[in-house]
Amino acid sequence: MFDDFFIRALIAGLGIALVTGPLGCFVVWRRLSYFGDTLAHSALLGVTLAYSFELNIALSVFIISSLIALILIQLQKKTNLPGDALLGLLAHSSLAVGLVVIGFLTFIRFDIMGLLFGDILAVTTDDLIIIWTGGALILLVLKLIWKPLFASTVNYELAEAEGLNPDRAKAIFTILMAAVIAISIKMVGLLLITGMLIIPAAMARNISDSPQKMVIFSIIGGLLSVVLGLYSSLEFNTSSGPSIIAASLILFILSLFKIKQSIKLKN
Amino acid sequence: MSSENSTLVKLNNAGFKQNDKWLVEGVSLTVEKGKIVTLIGPNGSGKSTTAKIALGIYKNIEGSVEKYTNKVGYVPQKISIDWTLPLRVYDFMLLTENIKDEAIDEALTLTGVIHLKNKNLGNLSGGEFQRVLIARAISKKPELLVLDEPVQGVDYTGEIALYELIKRISDTLNCGILLISHDLHTVMTATDHVVCLNGHVCCSGSPMDVAKNNEYKTLFGEQASQILSVYEHKHDHVHSDKGEIKKN
Repeated sequence: MFDDFFIRALIAGLGIALVTGPLGCFVVWRRLSYFGDTLAHSALLGVTLAYSFELNIALSVFIISSLIALILIQLQKKTNLPGDALLGLLAHSSLAVGLVVIGFLTFIRFDIMGLLFGDILAVTTDDLIIIWTGGALILLVLKLIWKPLFASTVNYELAEAEGLNPDRAKAIFTILMAAVIAISIKMVGLLLITGMLIIPAAMARNISDSPQKMVIFSIIGGLLSVVLGLYSSLEFNTSSGPSIIAASLILFILSLFKIKQSIKLKN
Repeated sequence: MSSENSTLVKLNNAGFKQNDKWLVEGVSLTVEKGKIVTLIGPNGSGKSTTAKIALGIYKNIEGSVEKYTNKVGYVPQKISIDWTLPLRVYDFMLLTENIKDEAIDEALTLTGVIHLKNKNLGNLSGGEFQRVLIARAISKKPELLVLDEPVQGVDYTGEIALYELIKRISDTLNCGILLISHDLHTVMTATDHVVCLNGHVCCSGSPMDVAKNNEYKTLFGEQASQILSVYEHKHDHVHSDKGEIKKN
């Protein structure tokens, strides 16, 4: 009934949604969507590196994204430029450098569209192993740093004063962001990964009154988006990334009705 | 009992500089178990900064801080919470430590806000939120409580009740309290040690000692000095209408 590639894509997508759900909540809470974008754009450089030296794509994307995050932290300390300017600088220059490098790699045929917007045909069995073991590892680490990360998201000084070491949690979270981008780039594409992080979480915010609920709804929203998106991608022959994101947008719009209802109830 | 064992936090000549400007310098003080140390001083005198030095929030400080406990409860003066977070009072109580439900209920009852347990934090009034902050700090049964203007925005009767609660907590939990307050009246009845700040320690000692201090008088005025001494006196003697002292 299904072609083999579709099952693979589905399993990969569901694995990604399980991870982007909780991580996306922190991206929304901590206002990190542009930070996510920057890491994702720099991923192109990681991909070109992988092709040039025949490395694993996820691994080289992870390394380059972590490096960009480190450079960002250093620039924030050393310059007086505002955070969003630095993010824009890094995002677009790393994207540009990546595209220039691709121009030089004439001996390899690139599917640029696939890189930017995701390609369900590209998911191999190896990718599934990377997504599910990598994803499990990311979730495990997130669970370990949950308390300090969440507390410092609410209030940094409270977390610091009561001995939770928020700086360490923040640094680890940055690495987790790089990791989630690395495992989802093939599927969602580097221009749309941030959407996968933010839109289900934003949808969940509309219908939750506690952080735990928001995480759970965000995961459910992500899973639904993957299933709906991939089926329509198969049906209409569209790229997988945009289809998944469009599906999550529909869920977000539906969640707005819930807000309207609860406002009505209050009045 | 040696003083070493009962010391919770000790500042040795501590100071903090931001953008080449000293926020506070040369502060030495010790908070011991079961004792209340109060910081007083005008606006911008470095009270909150001193508290943050004691808590270890400020890292690059002059002098040194010795902290002998990790069980700390903190009520900050200013707290900005981002409302992109769906957060109920209940979730907030569990913020830095997993506390049993009974302990949460007990603390919220003590501060008079148990009915708000499942309310969203963003919907509370200033005074209600302040009570939740205090409840959160005491519910984890800390060894050291740092309270920075803990009753701001609380109604007058509530203010007195909360100060009584703070005193009671210091007795029952035998925890040390570092208190910042501008309200000389209410604070002085309970305080063991007063540190008067004005960018540096201008004087310190028992409320009585501080009240007599000339620097304190110039900082706060003669009126304030009388407030302190009245509280110190009131239990062992009364004043006759001519101002002479009558023994009880």
